[in-house]
Amino acid sequence: MNTERSERSNGSTVVLENVTVRYGSHQALRRVSVAFPEGATGLLGPNGAGKSTLIKALLGLLRPAEGVMRVLGRDVAEAPLAIRAHVGYMPENDAHIPGMNAVSFVAYCGELCGLPPADAMQRAHEVLFYVGLGEARYRNVETYSTGMKQRIKLAQALVHDPDLLLLDEPTNGMDPKGRDEMLALIRDIADRISVILSSHVLPDVESACEHVVVLHKGVVATHGPIAALKGDSARVFELRVKGDEKRFIEALREVGIESHDESGDVMRVFVPAGRPAQVLFEVAARHGVQVRHFRASVPSLEDVFARALGD
Amino acid sequence: MPIHDQGYRRYSGARILRARSWFVIARAGIIERLRERRFLALLLVAWLLFVVRAVQIYFGTTFVRASFFAPSEETFHGFLTQQRLFVFFITIYAGAGLIASDRQANALQLYLSKPITRHDYIVGKLATLAAFLIAVTWVPAMMLLMLQVLFSGSLEFVSTHPRLVPAITITAALQVALASMMMLALSSLSRSRRFAAMLYALVTIFAGTIERVLQTATGAAGWVLVSPQNTLLVITDALFGIEPEIPVTLALIAIMTLMAVCVAVLERRVRAVDVVT
Repeated sequence: MNTERSERSNGSTVVLENVTVRYGSHQALRRVSVAFPEGATGLLGPNGAGKSTLIKALLGLLRPAEGVMRVLGRDVAEAPLAIRAHVGYMPENDAHIPGMNAVSFVAYCGELCGLPPADAMQRAHEVLFYVGLGEARYRNVETYSTGMKQRIKLAQALVHDPDLLLLDEPTNGMDPKGRDEMLALIRDIADRISVILSSHVLPDVESACEHVVVLHKGVVATHGPIAALKGDSARVFELRVKGDEKRFIEALREVGIESHDESGDVMRVFVPAGRPAQVLFEVAARHGVQVRHFRASVPSLEDVFARALGD
Repeated sequence: MPIHDQGYRRYSGARILRARSWFVIARAGIIERLRERRFLALLLVAWLLFVVRAVQIYFGTTFVRASFFAPSEETFHGFLTQQRLFVFFITIYAGAGLIASDRQANALQLYLSKPITRHDYIVGKLATLAAFLIAVTWVPAMMLLMLQVLFSGSLEFVSTHPRLVPAITITAALQVALASMMMLALSSLSRSRRFAAMLYALVTIFAGTIERVLQTATGAAGWVLVSPQNTLLVITDALFGIEPEIPVTLALIAIMTLMAVCVAVLERRVRAVDVVT
């Protein structure tokens, strides 16, 4: 536990060093080295980036071909059970214990994590009320709607009061109201325990997390506090042009300005800090392109994501 | 100021450092099954033969004129052999969905994300089914023996048949272990409890039929090894002092091999993550 304290005092709940996970010949994670700080961290990446693989590896469900993973100060390879006792996991797809009502299911999960039966039952009631399923707690889980199933998965992950919560796409299939409520719950939980939120929905991560780790094709594309990643490295402008757009984008890249298409004919360009926006007009003039629309924009996590992925 | 904190509250109670997870799983499985009236009815029916044998023992030991009813080793051998029918039905009813239903509901990843091992999970599921099978094999057989002692008022029968208790215990243990492991392995192969039940029925019924056909056609007793149930009967016969059709070592090796195959199947199929390469 001393190691745990020292590592956690460094502010990292999860540390990965050169972690590689293979499915046969396919490398799902390639020499990943990254630290997840305390608080809420978003694990971002497109489908197939390796997010779920990373979470399953952290739980000890997948064994890395190489590398070291430490969760809450313990080595995953050496103490997977001790780690799982202090980690809550909400899987991506529908999952429940068949034939049980919600309160029995959650209490059962508590007992599996080492809670005495009476405490597990009491805690199950408490957690089900917390996630908003208090009125439906005696219903069989199989009769739940998609949104309710997401909530019960959160409840079973919380019942044993973990120190770290791993959430894999927690808002999948939820309606807008339910999604907002789920994100509010995650924000509230993250005030008390560390959360890793895996998602490909950028606004979800942006609304619930302070830090982000972006995975792409099994490697870490970027990581750090969201505010820092969004803020200081570049200013963002929305631009609509008439003319040879492809040539214009290439010319911008040649002078060190990145851009990506947003929707329709509007592109977002990232002008590095310290350079004037005027350079955009100069490049446009040099290549006979008319600038039809120009507006300063607020950097978003989407920009961070797009730049990290080199889109 | 809020009158009640509705935010996330931490748990400050006790934790069992290394929970007996297999026991938690087995207990939950048994309770869930016992809630079903049809299953309770099946369990009651499985005890009818016990009642018949108990009446037989009562008359055989109490009334001299009915001494032809007096129990022998054959009484217990016959009882355990006849209980195979109920072992079959209970195995299908209580065992087919043990892993198949968990696979259908994606429950394996929930189980294995908790501080439990795959072995805890498998042992817990095995114990669920084994508990019911013990309740219709070893428990009634031993109770019949106890009734004999009670009705006769002496331990003479037990002392003159010293191999009876170990024979009952080993026979019941093998019946329970074989049925539980076969069913669990077959249940792990599918996401449908019905399909798993059909597989078990196929293996049990059709293997017996094939064995009889081959034995009739060739006249060779060795074909008994085709049927796991009849192979087990060879061992039961030997335990109760009846001359078996084939060497008992051969039957024992066949049963152990089958159990090893079941363990290998479970080892391969019970995983939180299905890796398709």
